[in-house]
Amino acid sequence: MRKWWLKDIVLLIVGLAVLVGANYILQVLPIQGMAYYFRVIILIGISITLAVSLNIINGHAGQFSLGHAGFMAIGAYLSAFVTYFYASPYLEKLPEGLNRLVLQNVFFLGAVLFGGLCAAIAGYLVGLPSLRLRGDYLAIVTLGFGEIIRVIFLNVEKLGGARGLSGVPAWSNFIWVYFFAWMTVLVSMRLIKSSIGRAFLAVREDEIAAEAMGVDTTRYKVQAFVIGSFFAGVAGGLYGHYLAYLNPAMFTFMKSFEVITMVVLGGLGSISGSIVAAIILTFLPEGLRMAKEFLHMNSDPRMVIYSILLIVLMLTRPQGLFGRRELWEILARRKDTVPKETRDQDKGKMNRTSGPSISE
Amino acid sequence: MKAADPNAPLLEATSVTIKFGGLTAVSDFNLIVRPHELIGLIGPNGAGKTTIFNMLTGVYRPTEGEIRIAGVPTVSFKPYQITALGVARTFQNIRLFKDLTVLNNVKIGGHIHYKYSGATAVLHTNHFHEAEAIAEEEAMKLLRIFDLDSRARTSARNLPYGDQRRLEIARALSARPKLLLLDEPAAGLNTGETLALMKKIHEIRDRFGLAVLLIEHNMELVMGICERILVLNYGRTIAQGPPQQIQQDPVVIEAYLGEPAGSEA
Repeated sequence: MRKWWLKDIVLLIVGLAVLVGANYILQVLPIQGMAYYFRVIILIGISITLAVSLNIINGHAGQFSLGHAGFMAIGAYLSAFVTYFYASPYLEKLPEGLNRLVLQNVFFLGAVLFGGLCAAIAGYLVGLPSLRLRGDYLAIVTLGFGEIIRVIFLNVEKLGGARGLSGVPAWSNFIWVYFFAWMTVLVSMRLIKSSIGRAFLAVREDEIAAEAMGVDTTRYKVQAFVIGSFFAGVAGGLYGHYLAYLNPAMFTFMKSFEVITMVVLGGLGSISGSIVAAIILTFLPEGLRMAKEFLHMNSDPRMVIYSILLIVLMLTRPQGLFGRRELWEILARRKDTVPKETRDQDKGKMNRTSGPSISE
Repeated sequence: MKAADPNAPLLEATSVTIKFGGLTAVSDFNLIVRPHELIGLIGPNGAGKTTIFNMLTGVYRPTEGEIRIAGVPTVSFKPYQITALGVARTFQNIRLFKDLTVLNNVKIGGHIHYKYSGATAVLHTNHFHEAEAIAEEEAMKLLRIFDLDSRARTSARNLPYGDQRRLEIARALSARPKLLLLDEPAAGLNTGETLALMKKIHEIRDRFGLAVLLIEHNMELVMGICERILVLNYGRTIAQGPPQQIQQDPVVIEAYLGEPAGSEA
């Protein structure tokens, strides 16, 4: 038998080496204000995880979900719960050193995965009843659930409530963020090239036909929802442990909308589109910060710009930057495989109008 | 789920009735399909033909009556469960997965045979590679039968109309059905294409050992290939029998044909 895992192990080691190397280079680069750009780069990584995970739900399975921030909140709060109340106090008793550093990262990994898992379970519980709905109805239900989740955290005093939870251990870093972004992209890409991904796409394209082809549509919709929620939870965990602070106000509808904008801008169903859009839309507000100062505005013009961007996009490229294709497919410009001149006769539609002719 | 009974008829519909509000769309429909049969279902527009297909495939639930597929009562089944019992269908107004490639359309048709777990898909285990290789091979085989193999990587949307119709049949065959339901396969095809389609239906029936139940308005096709024909009007079965008998049945001629084109039969 072929050793299928060998390639993945090599890939993992090389990938981690690249991440560690990039982390080192980014930190020693002699650019003024590098710390600031580094921060933006990390936020971009979290956005990529969010956008790609939402793309599984919205782009691949075609289920319009507006509750992504809610699942992110679950991941953020529950992973912070583990590290803040258990892992961090435990580690503080240990002496400084390599041991502690390793243990810290193991705990962090566990906490983030725990957050993701809780978000996935929430996704399952939310998805099972609501994924029977379609289109606008599903959007409204998921929007409602996202808000419910936020309001729940707003009222849990132990997790800071409305004041927010400060002092979350800042264990998240470049390597973790991009490791998980990479995992999300990898999982998403492998899924879409598998029978599961094809089932997602079939559900998106035509539910009735998918069902007639033996695809259990409810099951695959829930599956897409659970996978997407898991990575949203992971992104939440990374986010909270990076900012070292959590507040329910971070996970309002606006956050969901931000992620939706990324997915739509990139092109629903295009993984590379989501990545590129996540980069653009995370960097944009940073650029706009300068515009804000320049215009002497008090409020953040980000949402105005988002809206204008969406309107312009819908008018010029309703299918998003990349449409449903991937970046490399566009670059390769794969042509249709059939010569143009063939099959003119296919356009004939004579039989229906000529009526029944039994004698022939 | 009850196990399929190998001796039972492929499909057995007993006094199936469906009402939409006050309208009885189909009443007291009876049909037994045995392996390898080629049956036609004809009738004027609105006679309830597609409704019958929708009931047989689990899209609608009959108000009364019983449907058994391979001996299993399927009235409460969902469409995908019925597909798993060996019944595949095409649609009157083509329902391809338009933005997907021709190849992927056919692969999805075989979903029940190629599916595997998410872990398999993500980890790319040996099982994944094997299942994908088989899916690819079988899909290409089906596409070759329908002369669509050269367009395997094209979006289904970009196929000409006639090819789309044939792709739908290929996709249905990919589910490896024992009974194939074709809903107006020749709609919109010209005479040449219809003749080719007739041959093709015969060919796939023999090649895959299928039973075929088809709805069609094109009399040439129905009379040419069906061994048994059921005629429906206003939801009632008004005649059934071999083509020659149907052609001469005065009730059919009056209810369905009526026009001079039919009276010469």
